[in-house]
Amino acid sequence: MKILVCISQVPDTTAKIAFSDNNTTFNTQGVTFIINPYDEWYALVRALELKESGPATAVHLVTVGKADAEPVIRKALALGGDEAIRIDADSNDPYSIAANIADYAKAHNYDLVLCGKESIDYNNGSVGAMVAELLDMNFLGFASKIDVAGTTVTVKREIDGGEETDACELPLVISCQKGVAEARIPNMRGIMAARTKPLTVVAGAAVAAVSSITGYEMPPAKSGVKMISADNMDELVKLLHSEAKVI
Amino acid sequence: MIVVLVEHSQGVFKKKSLEAVLYAAHIAKEMGTDITAVAMGNVPDSEMQTLGAYGAQKVLHTTDARLDNFNSKAYAKVVVAAAQKENAKVIIGLHDTTGKAVMPRVAARLQAGLVAGAVGYPDLSKGFTVKKNVFSGKAFAFVNVTSDTKVISLMPNTFPVVKGEGSATVEQMEAGLSDADFSVKVLEVSKASGSVPLSEAELVVSGGRGLKGPENWYVLEALAQELGAATACSRPVADAHWRPHGEHVGQTGGTIRPNLYIAVGISGAIQHLAGVNGSKTIVVINKDPEAPFFKAADYGVLGDAMEIVPKLTEAVKKFKAGQN
Repeated sequence: MKILVCISQVPDTTAKIAFSDNNTTFNTQGVTFIINPYDEWYALVRALELKESGPATAVHLVTVGKADAEPVIRKALALGGDEAIRIDADSNDPYSIAANIADYAKAHNYDLVLCGKESIDYNNGSVGAMVAELLDMNFLGFASKIDVAGTTVTVKREIDGGEETDACELPLVISCQKGVAEARIPNMRGIMAARTKPLTVVAGAAVAAVSSITGYEMPPAKSGVKMISADNMDELVKLLHSEAKVI
Repeated sequence: MIVVLVEHSQGVFKKKSLEAVLYAAHIAKEMGTDITAVAMGNVPDSEMQTLGAYGAQKVLHTTDARLDNFNSKAYAKVVVAAAQKENAKVIIGLHDTTGKAVMPRVAARLQAGLVAGAVGYPDLSKGFTVKKNVFSGKAFAFVNVTSDTKVISLMPNTFPVVKGEGSATVEQMEAGLSDADFSVKVLEVSKASGSVPLSEAELVVSGGRGLKGPENWYVLEALAQELGAATACSRPVADAHWRPHGEHVGQTGGTIRPNLYIAVGISGAIQHLAGVNGSKTIVVINKDPEAPFFKAADYGVLGDAMEIVPKLTEAVKKFKAGQN
């Protein structure tokens, strides 16, 4: 079983979010980029576990982006994985990202494609399902447990208002969230090994973007907190009813 | 034409789907067109007709017992069939666990641009530009969809749901589903019964490390029950297994936007705020006056959670008794 793990680079969770050029560009000055936590902690680590325990024969990492995405994919290789692929294309539009990944995956016959449930920057959570559609594969979203026996994958996942356990034959696309695996910390050996692992750059597919971000806005600032005495919860309830109108 | 996917639970449409129909109606009016809703599985005709009161002229109904289990491949096929039949220019669903699997598939199939998690109406004066959350709620982005067909998944609980007048016509639709569309075998389904699902809850009571341990959660649960609220928690709480991880809200957990978020014993780290700052009203109960969460709150109470929360529960009880 060959696994392809989709990796996205995102600003660090503590990064200050600011915009420049009249609020049309995300200001990356002073921002550290990390591997999207859902891709790293869950999708990548589970793929590595599946190789260590037997079912997977190869774990490849793929990212869509320009050369500035390479440090992050090297970081991912330090955790593990046999090789990485960077598809040299813009990563602004979910459809073109998915089309690029699907194009590559189709040509290289992966049995299982894993990704995080969403990236923490643009929060679209759409690339996994799009890749599945473009490859005509099943898609199981929001997995919290993934087991593989032979060619059958058993997945526990979140559905609207509950949980479901499914069995599905390979090939398949799964998006991962908490529960799938435990985050790992790269060790020195991994970091050294990552330097010499193959990182192939392939040209992007001929796909036109179908959406673009034209501007940003910060949420309105709160007007200030109204403190209520701990002995006066009746007052709080009254305010929630008559002022905030939420109960 | 605008096509909107509606979800039901045991034959009754979910409130968030009525919100999606109203959202579509608003757009349809501006574009001078009509709405067709797409319903799947076992729903009575009388229930489907009620979608007219939210703005739908027609409901396309695909009945197939296999659709009773959620399956993104089959659901997407039905939505695409409806969109093609109706020659839809805009296709709308919800940004929930169902919509997040179905709408990207629909968009990919039609090579259409997708706005995932819309929190505003399309601005037609600027092409087709829709506001959405980015950076886990720390900012908004405006996404312009440039393809002919546009796909939107609406963030639930963004707009109020108000019932109007009218009745929709119901038409059966054959979507050409085959066994290959149902190759996922469902082994087990467990749905939370009775309690409010967190993602669609209007009121949420959430606890953090300040509660000291899982044995103290009963005070939050009592408040939640009195309010009819869902319960949530911060990441350290979920990591320590005090609460199930499905309750974790924050940047690496769920993002919610209830009308009321009551945070008890949560300091308010930036990652936590990212998941909840779309809430309309925030109440913070904390014994640390320096807790950063107070800066993001509308109302604050300083003091020990174990004392304050039961008092608040009593006050809610008293208020409710007064209402009746």
